[in-house]
Order: sequence, then C-alpha cells, then structure tokens
Amino acid sequence: MIRILCQIFRTGIITEPLSHTENEVIETGTKQEEAVGKYFSRSLTIRQVDSGSCNGCELEIHAVNNSFYNCEKYGIHFTASPRFADMLLVTGPVTRNMEIALKRTYNATPSPKLVVAVGDCGCNGGIFGESYASVGGVGKVIPVDVYIRGCPPTPADILNGILKAVSG
Amino acid sequence: MSSLVDALTALLGTDVQFDTRQYPHSVISCTVPRDKFGRAAKALKKAYALLAAEWATDETAFGGGLAVFACFRWGSEYLIVRSELPLDDPSFPSLTKKYLPAYRFERQIHSLMGAVPAGHPDLRPWIKFEDWPQNAFPLRKSFDARQSLPRMKGDYQWSKAEGEGVYEIPVGPVHAGIIEPGHFRFQAVGEMVLNLEERLGYVHKGIEKKFETFSFLDGVKLAGRVSGDTTVAHSIAYSIAVESMTGCLVPERAHWLRALFLERERIANHLGDIGAICNDAAFAFMLYQLSRLRELMLRTNYKLFGHRFIMDRVVPGGVTADLSGDGKKDIVEEMDMITREFERLIVIYDQNPSLEDRVRDTGLLSPEKARELCCVGIVARASGMNLDCRLQNPFPPYDRLGVNVPVLISGDVHARVWVRVEEIRESIRLIRAIVQGLPHGPINVDAVLPPSDTAGFAAVEGWRGEIIYWIQAGPGAEINRCMVRDPSSVNWIGLEQAIQGNIVPDFPLCNKSFNQSYSGHDL
Repeated sequence: MIRILCQIFRTGIITEPLSHTENEVIETGTKQEEAVGKYFSRSLTIRQVDSGSCNGCELEIHAVNNSFYNCEKYGIHFTASPRFADMLLVTGPVTRNMEIALKRTYNATPSPKLVVAVGDCGCNGGIFGESYASVGGVGKVIPVDVYIRGCPPTPADILNGILKAVSG
Repeated sequence: MSSLVDALTALLGTDVQFDTRQYPHSVISCTVPRDKFGRAAKALKKAYALLAAEWATDETAFGGGLAVFACFRWGSEYLIVRSELPLDDPSFPSLTKKYLPAYRFERQIHSLMGAVPAGHPDLRPWIKFEDWPQNAFPLRKSFDARQSLPRMKGDYQWSKAEGEGVYEIPVGPVHAGIIEPGHFRFQAVGEMVLNLEERLGYVHKGIEKKFETFSFLDGVKLAGRVSGDTTVAHSIAYSIAVESMTGCLVPERAHWLRALFLERERIANHLGDIGAICNDAAFAFMLYQLSRLRELMLRTNYKLFGHRFIMDRVVPGGVTADLSGDGKKDIVEEMDMITREFERLIVIYDQNPSLEDRVRDTGLLSPEKARELCCVGIVARASGMNLDCRLQNPFPPYDRLGVNVPVLISGDVHARVWVRVEEIRESIRLIRAIVQGLPHGPINVDAVLPPSDTAGFAAVEGWRGEIIYWIQAGPGAEINRCMVRDPSSVNWIGLEQAIQGNIVPDFPLCNKSFNQSYSGHDL
C-alpha cells in the first residue's frame, strides 16, 4: 500500500489545460465546464459506439480519459448503456453489419440527444468509402450534430469537438 | 533443404510442382492436385508444421478458376501449398479436422469466395451475415464491390446448451466499454461458463476487396488502417511483401527505423494493455499510471515522427520520417524515464495479493491447446510456444541485435501479462541498441512496381503477434489479391477455449488479456 501511495504522490496531478496555447486553453476549458454546467446539470454522459472503425479512434477516445486530458474534470463521463446517454460518440465508417446495431443504439438513447461523428471515416467513410460492406459516414445512418475530423483525431480535437456539440 | 518440403515430396512425389518463379527466398510455394490438398496437410502435420493461414483467390484474370492456398510454418520455414479449383465445381478437401484454425478460415473462404471445403463440419456463414444474399461472393472478380446488397431474411443457428439451470447471456455487438463491436454468447450455470460462442464480422469493411482498387504504392495506407493499434506492423508487413516482389533493396537506415517504430508501438500497446487488464480486476491505479506512460510515448512519437501512432510513416521502399540527433537524445531520456517508472509499477503489480488472486489460474489456455489451435504472438508465448518472427524470420537489425523471447507455460491471465512485461523490457533494450547503432544513409529509395503475375509474402511480428501478408499481382501488374492474416484471425478461438469453466465476471479480464483485434479479424 505504501508503494501505491508513494507513487501517487510522486506523480502528482498531471492534468493539463485543454490546449497548449495559453489563452485558448483556459477559454476552451472554461467554456466546456460552463456549457456542461448550463445544459447538462454539470454532467454530460457519453455512449461511445464503434460502428466499424479500425480501433485508432477508440485509442484516442480512451486517451481522453487519461490523467492528462481528464475529461471527468469537465463533468464528462462515458457510460455503458445508451439509455443513460446524452451524447453518442460514433466512429465509423458504418459497416453494413453494424448499421442496424447503430440505429438501435440511437433509438435506445433518450431524446434530446447529440451525435458526434469521430474521425475521417466517421465523417465520410474515409479510406474505406462506400461499398458492399460499408455504408459510409455516420451521417448516412443517423443525424449527426458535429463532425470531428482527423485520422485519428487527437484527444484535444475530440474534447474540442464535444465542446462544440454541447455549446451548440 | 527444408524439412517441410522433404515431408511433402516424400508423400506426393512428382505431384508437387514447385513454383520457382514467384515469392521471396523465405517462402517456398508449390501446387498440388486438388484431391491431394488434404493429404499434403496431413503429411505436414506429421512434420510438426503449424497452419499459419488458409485463403482462396480468384484467378479468372489469368484465365484460370479459383485457387485455394494453405500456408504452413515450422520454425523459420514457411511453405505455401496451392490447389487449383475449376469455377464450375470449386470444392476442395477441408483441412479443419487436421488443423483447427482452418475451421474459421474455411468458413470465411466459403462465405466470401464461394469455394466449398468438402467435409467441413460447420458451414454457417462467417463474416457474411445471414441477411446477405447467399450468392454474393465479394472476393470474386465478377462481384461489383460498389453495389449495395439487399437485406434478406435469415437466422444464425447458435450452438445451444440445455439442462437444468442452464441460461444464456448474449453480449454485444455494442459493448459496455470503449471497444470494438463483436457478439459473445455465453451458456452458463450459476456463475460458471459452460461455453462461449463468438460471432465476429461486425466491422467487416471489405478491406481485402478494397486493396484490389489501390495501386501497390497507395495500398500501404489501407494496410496502416487494417487495425489502428497495429498500424506500424501492418504497414511494414505490406511494404516487405511488395518489396519482395520487386527485389527492391531498402536502405539499412530505413530497416532500423522501421524496427524502432515497431518496438515503440509494442511498448505503447503493452503499457495500455497491462493497465487495462489490472483495471478489469478493479485495480484502476495501474491503468492511470500506465496510461500516463503510454501518453508520454505517444507525445514523443508526435514530436519526432509527426503522428501519435506513427501512421503512414512506413512505405514500400523505406520510411518517410527520420530521426535527428536531438530525437535520439529524447528517446534515450524517455527510455530512462519509462524504465524507472515501469519497474516501480511492476513491483506493485507483483506484490498485490488481491490482484494475484484474480490473474493467476484464470483463463487457462494449456500449451497443448495453444499448439492445437496454432496460436501466435503473446497468446502463444504465454502458453509455451517459442514463436516470434523477429527471431525466426527477422529483418535487419533484428538479425544483428538478437531478441530475447519470453516464453511462459502457465497459459493464464498472469502469463499473458508477464509476457508483455518482459517484452517491454526487451523492447526498451532494443530501442536503446537501435538508437545507438543507427546506420547513416538515405531513409528510402524509389519503390519499383512489381511485374505482372508475381506474388509477395511477408511475416512480421506486430505487438499481438505474427502478421502475414500475401500479395498477388495480376496480369496487368495490378493487385489481384491481397491476403491479410492478423494474429487475431487465429487467436480469437483461443479465447473461446480459455474461458470454459471460468466464472462470467472473469470474462472481461480474460478478454483483455488476449486483447485481439476485431477490425484485423473482420477485415
């Protein structure tokens, strides 16, 4: 136990402001907190849906949860069920085999709800495009509020995209 | 001479035709008559060979029909056995009863190419779902990949378990965490899992078909997105396969930089995995500590090579990102920091009895089963198999630096964690050696385009295990077929076997300890 405590104190708090350019940082971070506070009673709950991604975007969404970006500090957390979610964070391209599951997840999420498409593939199908196996971007299947581009987008891009959606 | 070739020629004599025109020197390829395909596999099994991959091609562009391929491995030898199948009767003897991994390879061949493995015990569709038209075979040349297929009615026949107190738990495709989609169906009594049946294919994006629309040089971008967490290893495997078709000589420095990227990818993923496994045993401390180290590595990647996962930095002919003198210093300092922090954390892992209670003897995959299933990579090394392409099929600098491959025999979650721990230590040593010995010179050469009617092969040790690419150039020197075998294609069955007899709450833990790719499997 003593080793665990020592390690925790040695590491300290490493959470960073959202962006590295000073003023923008505080601005975006504060805005995020304000928006989440105002529209979502200080708690924005996200259900992530992988509808066909290569797992690159998932890794960066994971990173949003790590101690550097620490999305919980803005009141954002990820939930296991779409029934509790305010927002769907969807990576793509939407495959033919996931199309129905994605629609069902969308329908299971209570309204009002936000949908954010993550990554180039989620935006327009990316390198996979449209084919017998891929329907294309998330917008082809469910209505999307905000698109976050990048292959994969960085954790800061993802946080900024979420902010854009909530402050809509 | 090769022992596999000896075993094959001893049985089939002049029926075996060796193909000397194609392939790099590391692979031997031969064609056998279709009715001898099964007997060839039997002879190779007797010679201790493992089945590495099985796939089919459409060779109508060459004026032929279909062809089925099986790639066998023993030690550092790879042998590809091919049989031609006429279009009007595309059946071939199934290998499933001789080699278990052929079970899914052949279901996939049947679903996507429409070749029939005669004698296969279970021809339910795989990857292709029940709502696809039965006669849609996407990998055939006559299939237009741009069409959108109508949805049909149909049911998937799940395996059933019956009896007093037996119940089913369906999980997925949308899972509770931030992970890829797949469906798991458990039959359980109380907390004990009787059987697990996986159903994958949800992230089938038509990658193998898509390769056929790319040029040889652009294809590497797609290879880098087969499985986003393994982007470096897939790009290297694709590039080596293309280079092997043209005899392209990659500069020494490029080889070393590729190895550097590969080892950095290995460390970053292993760090994340060890943390996530501990987190699934409710020890979140390790997850946050190790993801901190992982994040620092990704940031260094971004600073030095311009991408957090080093995506698109490996291309046929070399690499597109170089390492400067300052970069070397950054890496050495980073390795010092990671070693210091990591070793402290591993002491904590090792001295935590409640964690030990969860990871020891959980999710056992016995060495016998692992061999029977022809597992590869970390899963195989945790179950007593000494397999590592960096050792058995190395590209420079691995042949010079050597690799210490950790092999454990207990086959439980702990063994799979500990293989990762040892591999991180070894990768740190390799990175230091690479940075120190990095040769001078150019980092890429102009890639030559492969001539028509050739094929290339590559096996590269990604962080999950051996990745195989087999690329065939068509008559117009275009990509006629690009076969991708991610380690997940064989290791997923290992999870089904390892979970039996465990309790349901240990499934996330076992699953994470395997951490196989859905995207790399579904393609």
